[in-house]
Amino acid sequence: MQHYSGFGLLKHSFSHHENWQRTWRNPTPKKKYDVIIIGGGGHGLATAYYLAKEHGITNVAVIEKGYLGGGNTARNTTIVRSNYLWDEAAHLYEHAMKLWEGLSQDLNYNVMFSQRGVLNLGHTLQDMRDIERRVNANRLNGIDGEVLDPQQIKEIVPHMDCSQNTRYPVMGASWQPRGGVARHDAVAWGFARGADSYGVDLIQQTEVTDLIIEDGTITGVKTNRYGDIMADRVGSVVAGNSSVIAKMAGFELPLESHPLQALVSEPIKPILDTVVMSNHVHGYVSQSDKGDLVIGAGIDGYNGYGQRGSYQTIEHTVQAIVELFPIFSRVRMNRQWGGIVDTCPDACPIISKTPVKNLFFNCGWGTGGFKATPGSGNVFAASLAKGEMHPMAEPFSMFRFHNGALIDEHGAAGVAH
Amino acid sequence: MYHIYCPHCAEYREEEEFHAAGQAHLPRPLDPDSCTDEEWGTYLFFRKNPRGIHHELWVHAAGCRKFFNMTRDTQTYEIKEVYKIGEKPSIVAES
Repeated sequence: MQHYSGFGLLKHSFSHHENWQRTWRNPTPKKKYDVIIIGGGGHGLATAYYLAKEHGITNVAVIEKGYLGGGNTARNTTIVRSNYLWDEAAHLYEHAMKLWEGLSQDLNYNVMFSQRGVLNLGHTLQDMRDIERRVNANRLNGIDGEVLDPQQIKEIVPHMDCSQNTRYPVMGASWQPRGGVARHDAVAWGFARGADSYGVDLIQQTEVTDLIIEDGTITGVKTNRYGDIMADRVGSVVAGNSSVIAKMAGFELPLESHPLQALVSEPIKPILDTVVMSNHVHGYVSQSDKGDLVIGAGIDGYNGYGQRGSYQTIEHTVQAIVELFPIFSRVRMNRQWGGIVDTCPDACPIISKTPVKNLFFNCGWGTGGFKATPGSGNVFAASLAKGEMHPMAEPFSMFRFHNGALIDEHGAAGVAH
Repeated sequence: MYHIYCPHCAEYREEEEFHAAGQAHLPRPLDPDSCTDEEWGTYLFFRKNPRGIHHELWVHAAGCRKFFNMTRDTQTYEIKEVYKIGEKPSIVAES
């Protein structure tokens, strides 16, 4: 693998940047692998990368039905934070946050991680009680956080209407300075390049059509392009389509797939240098390096796999954003899209063994999976390598819905569902 | 935005009047006290979540406030039929 550096950039400028090597191979799959990962999004690629890097398992294939990072990795609003309430979730997301902080150096690929801070606004007394509880819980877990009053918020985001003149006046906020945004595509590409350099085969445009299960143990997958590919262990990291893979394996998951929409405006000059989220009026906004405002909506109430949602969902979000930022009222929106999120009843993911031996699932990240990409891949890789769940993944078993040990993170999840 | 036919009002109304209430035809166990943890958890949380034909419960929340069922394709978003509680769907998924 070619090492990226300032010197390399200079060197390639002499040949008009025409001799850069391909970032990853496009291999034909082998007949058998140690581990097959279904789904080449951020989480799947991160899993492959850490399997190879930390566990020395390089005989790995990532099977992706479209192109790498073309699903929810390409569709999210790129927000990274770790201010979750319960210990189990806080540890997992903080594990991811620590990996984010060194990720560009680790991958030798600029994921443009920008710790510009995340504000979670409160608009009611109950919001403020929840915020104070969550910030205190975060600090006990070693996660940075502060409770801000409207005056302090105004200093961070002067354009936001913190007055009493709005329908739901801003009463305060939680503030995580280490939170921020990262370049979503670069995360997928960086992990893909890293995994490929260790010899992981990235198989694109190949759909898993069925699983090969003998006596309750998975032995491989059937694909539409390369026939049967065998594996000792299989990890499914397919987000919105997890229930479809589970059906192939003969069980159900406690998931519902919903469309989640987002939109971006035309590029404008720098105006918002942090991330603003509000659960109560329901909208979240940040500004990308390109200058467009990135706005996230809520999920549509119905189940859907169509990667599009209903118009009024966007309308409600834009109303909330304009209420918070009257200055944005005449900004024109450029593009709008939907992704399919697999929501879990307790708004926490499932990282788990399944009723089928050697088949593991990493799913249920719902509306907030991007922030966890490196941590999710890291603990899932450790679980796949050992065949036993990583201690950090243990509480997120799918069987918690049978024994009742749910981890209710609806308050911290940020997107209502 | 959907235009949804409410079988109780016998009219098409806009989606905003309705609320999707999840998978249809989920009978509550007759004797919850005798359920195992697995049976009860499965009833509460585990769902079909199919890609394709799906039977859903909807409520006309800002209208007649009555519940009804809908057969809908979750991939194409096409509404196949609506039918009242207690009735059987006429369109079902293969296998």
